[in-house]
Amino acid sequence: MSAPTLVDFDDVVDRYDPMLGLEVHVELSTNTKMFCGCPTEFGAEPNTQVCPTCLGLPGSLPVVNRTAVESAIRIGLALNCDIAPWGRFARKNYFYPDMPKNFQTSQYDEPIAVNGHLDVTLEDGTVVRVEIERAHMEEDTGKSLHVGGATGRIHGAEYSLLDYNRAGVPLIEIVTKMIPDTGARAPEVARAYVTALRDLIRSLGVSDVRMDQGSMRCDVNLSLSPRGSGILGTRSETKNVNSLRSVERAVRYEMSRHAGVLDAGDKVVQETRHFQEDTASTRSGRIKETSEDYRYFPEPDLVPIAPSAEWVEELRGTLPELPWERRARIQREWGLSDAELRDLVNAEALDLVAATVDAGAPSGDARSWWVSYLSQQANTRGVVLDALPITPAQLARVIELVTSGELNNKLARQVVDGVLEGEGEPDEVVAKRGLAVVSDDGALIAAVDEALAAQPDVAEKIRGGKVAAAGAIVGAVMKATKGQADAKRVRELIIERCGA
Amino acid sequence: MNDDLTRLSAAELATRIHSREVSAVEAAQAHLDRIEAVDGDVHAFLHVGAQAALESATLVDESLAAGTAPASPLAGVPLALKDVLTTTDMPTTVGSRILEGWRPPYDATVTSRLRAAGITILGKTNMDEFAMGSSTEYSAYGPTHNPWALDRIPGGSGGGSAAALAAFEAPLAIGTDTGGSIRQPASMTGTVGVKPTYGGVSRYGLVACASSLDQAGPCARTVLDAALLHEIIGGHDPLDSTSIDAPVPAVVEAARRGAEGDLRGLRVGVVRELTGEGYQAGVQENFDAALRELEKLGAEVVEVSAPHFQYGLAAYYLILPSEVSSNLARFDAMRYGLRVDKGASAEEVMAATREAGFGPEVKRRIILGTYALSSGYYDAYYGQAQKVRTLISRDFAAAFEQADVLVSPTAPTTAFPIGDKVDDPLAMYLNDLATIPTNLAGTAAMSVPSGVAAEDGLPTGLQIMAPALGEAVMYRVGAAYEAARDAADGSAFATRAPELEVRA
Repeated sequence: MSAPTLVDFDDVVDRYDPMLGLEVHVELSTNTKMFCGCPTEFGAEPNTQVCPTCLGLPGSLPVVNRTAVESAIRIGLALNCDIAPWGRFARKNYFYPDMPKNFQTSQYDEPIAVNGHLDVTLEDGTVVRVEIERAHMEEDTGKSLHVGGATGRIHGAEYSLLDYNRAGVPLIEIVTKMIPDTGARAPEVARAYVTALRDLIRSLGVSDVRMDQGSMRCDVNLSLSPRGSGILGTRSETKNVNSLRSVERAVRYEMSRHAGVLDAGDKVVQETRHFQEDTASTRSGRIKETSEDYRYFPEPDLVPIAPSAEWVEELRGTLPELPWERRARIQREWGLSDAELRDLVNAEALDLVAATVDAGAPSGDARSWWVSYLSQQANTRGVVLDALPITPAQLARVIELVTSGELNNKLARQVVDGVLEGEGEPDEVVAKRGLAVVSDDGALIAAVDEALAAQPDVAEKIRGGKVAAAGAIVGAVMKATKGQADAKRVRELIIERCGA
Repeated sequence: MNDDLTRLSAAELATRIHSREVSAVEAAQAHLDRIEAVDGDVHAFLHVGAQAALESATLVDESLAAGTAPASPLAGVPLALKDVLTTTDMPTTVGSRILEGWRPPYDATVTSRLRAAGITILGKTNMDEFAMGSSTEYSAYGPTHNPWALDRIPGGSGGGSAAALAAFEAPLAIGTDTGGSIRQPASMTGTVGVKPTYGGVSRYGLVACASSLDQAGPCARTVLDAALLHEIIGGHDPLDSTSIDAPVPAVVEAARRGAEGDLRGLRVGVVRELTGEGYQAGVQENFDAALRELEKLGAEVVEVSAPHFQYGLAAYYLILPSEVSSNLARFDAMRYGLRVDKGASAEEVMAATREAGFGPEVKRRIILGTYALSSGYYDAYYGQAQKVRTLISRDFAAAFEQADVLVSPTAPTTAFPIGDKVDDPLAMYLNDLATIPTNLAGTAAMSVPSGVAAEDGLPTGLQIMAPALGEAVMYRVGAAYEAARDAADGSAFATRAPELEVRA
């Protein structure tokens, strides 16, 4: 297949209107699976978290996880959806080896939540309302691992391994309505929506929404119509979009690719495509020659879900402060400018700073640590900020030690380094590395006298009233004490000793 | 002496075991011997678990010897289990090649309850493949023969369980009834078979044919035995979402009360649409005689109409195949069961396995159901059938306004010769005309022997239908009729089955 012709992005938006749709799958962090009692923990040995039901053994039956329904309703409510008072699960029938029953128990025409919206704030403060069509519950599939062959894909593989640990993990699929009129901002809107959705769901505490671990997955639906024509184009569905940045890049790439196809007078093929992280491009998956016939019908092994109005209202009462409300409050309380708040949010540091403040640190110190030194450390290690092995509580302790004068900033960084290296709690690192500030005047006076003796000309200047010259002596003393002296005290002692 | 034990009712055998007049091991051994002697001809069993049966019986004997009260009123009594319920100590094949030799890693809830009740499970009984059929001829392991006439079918799909009772290989059996698979074989073999209210007995571990229709139930030679078994297997199961969270109807008490022979104050409704044309003469005669018997017992016999029952068969053959096409998708060679390693891809292996592993009736229904659920056809077929189902439920509701129970012949004919209808699916489907409405509505029904047809000397059955959770009144009527019939005949019906040749 020849490489697709890509049209320059500015040119695309001059001549075409993008229509954007996003389907986001969120794995719920319930203790047990959607329809059985198996644990859901990520990363266990293959096929150790399975039972007759999630393996689809003959005779086994599903039982709905009430906590999953509760989570679905809370997500629906947070997205301003109507909660269906009655609805059935449906079977989506298709054959695939990683699907134990060869049908997926899902919701079809009776989703639990419908007709909501999420207001999304862009970089420049523009608010875009994204309409939510539905949120529904379903079960995840197992995982296939294709062994042998160059690509790790099924074609050319020697054999495949199947892991059913993930089979039956509860999923919520959140589907937007078509998002119109985004123009050149389509990639940004897509990213901002997925970001806002992630923050929202994280605040509900129902999923850890880790795109890198697959607990949040995004499919990007995109079509183009000639500018102002209002004619709906054929859409492509891009899967495997596994980071916020990829969401943006996938939209951008597909817009350029679609325009190339349309400019050549060809028809866009309705198909599933896969996003490729390394090249920021998409490749064709299976072509849907006819729309797949899933032969949906109501799941006869389950009774309908009928959440009472009382229950729904009770759950509405459990909704936490929503992320944008919280942001506004934090901005107010910490006295941040819009730009400062945005920097915090963009650095993914807001929650960490807030937690550090909650642990007793002043917000200014907490912000500066997370946004500068710790962000650098995260970059160096190639991990996201909240994956750094230091907790807000630990950082708050370090800040406390600085405030009380037991550490200076240089030592504090060494303590943080120690914590990051796994050397223990801040106080243990201080003890082990011997990092406490030297505050014993006796030891300091000896060091000061030594330094003055070593640089008699400088000592003479100080005695002569040129107090500014003390800096050189301070430096020498700090060097001699390996940075553990309190520089301010050293300066006082120098002046004292010189009688200036 | 051993042979005598196989002729006893379960209730009588239990009494003797619990009084330690005979041991559970002796009871088990007597039935194992009987199986050894006659099952070569009958072929009721696909698997006999002699050792496990004797071990289970030994535990009952030890417990009784220690002075412990019996675990249940049927502790120590042997039972034949339809091969559609999972068992960890025996294979579960569902009469299909695709599960040949499959050992489930878990027990069905029914199996667990039987074990907990101290009932001795003798083995697994033959059935039409995946419970699809009315003759047991569609078993991948060869047909079961009717003990009343070995060249005849025993009914189906639960022909193995019914034949085991009629051949005195077991006094109790478990069947499953999706469209009549307990009741029609009961009728064909002169035994008692009960389809409980949908949700009355757990389906966990019952390998699904059609989820919304399947229901496990008790089979026995007497109404009281069926009632005793019903109370053991019935009741709520948190592992089955469709299981009813309500106490099991007091069917044992109802059966004992019925046997006293007084049905005054009860109205028995004859369903007009389930009599007359299409029913074999002897079947109809025995039905009419049964009505007279019920009147003599004091019941008021009224006629009721269920106008939508005539669409039941058509609706059933859309709903059932639809669910089947989805339920049986899991048999794909990837995880368990047969695997035919033909072809390079998983899809090719799946196709080759399903081609080799499923029999003709199963394939027919998978194809029908796949079609009925297809986009563009769903509303016309599956959707319409569900509407018919609602109308049939309303017919039942209206009829139960006028009568406490409804009655009909269980099956339109007596047992037909093996091979007679195996190539004519529509003729085969007609067997279940009278039993299907109950499954569609989720209500309860039972079949009680109503004599033998004058023209062929083969058993016929009286079907008694009750509202959802109305099993008590059904058992009461069944037991009253059974007692009156036996009194008129001078002997228990089952004892009139022809003797089978005993092979050494």
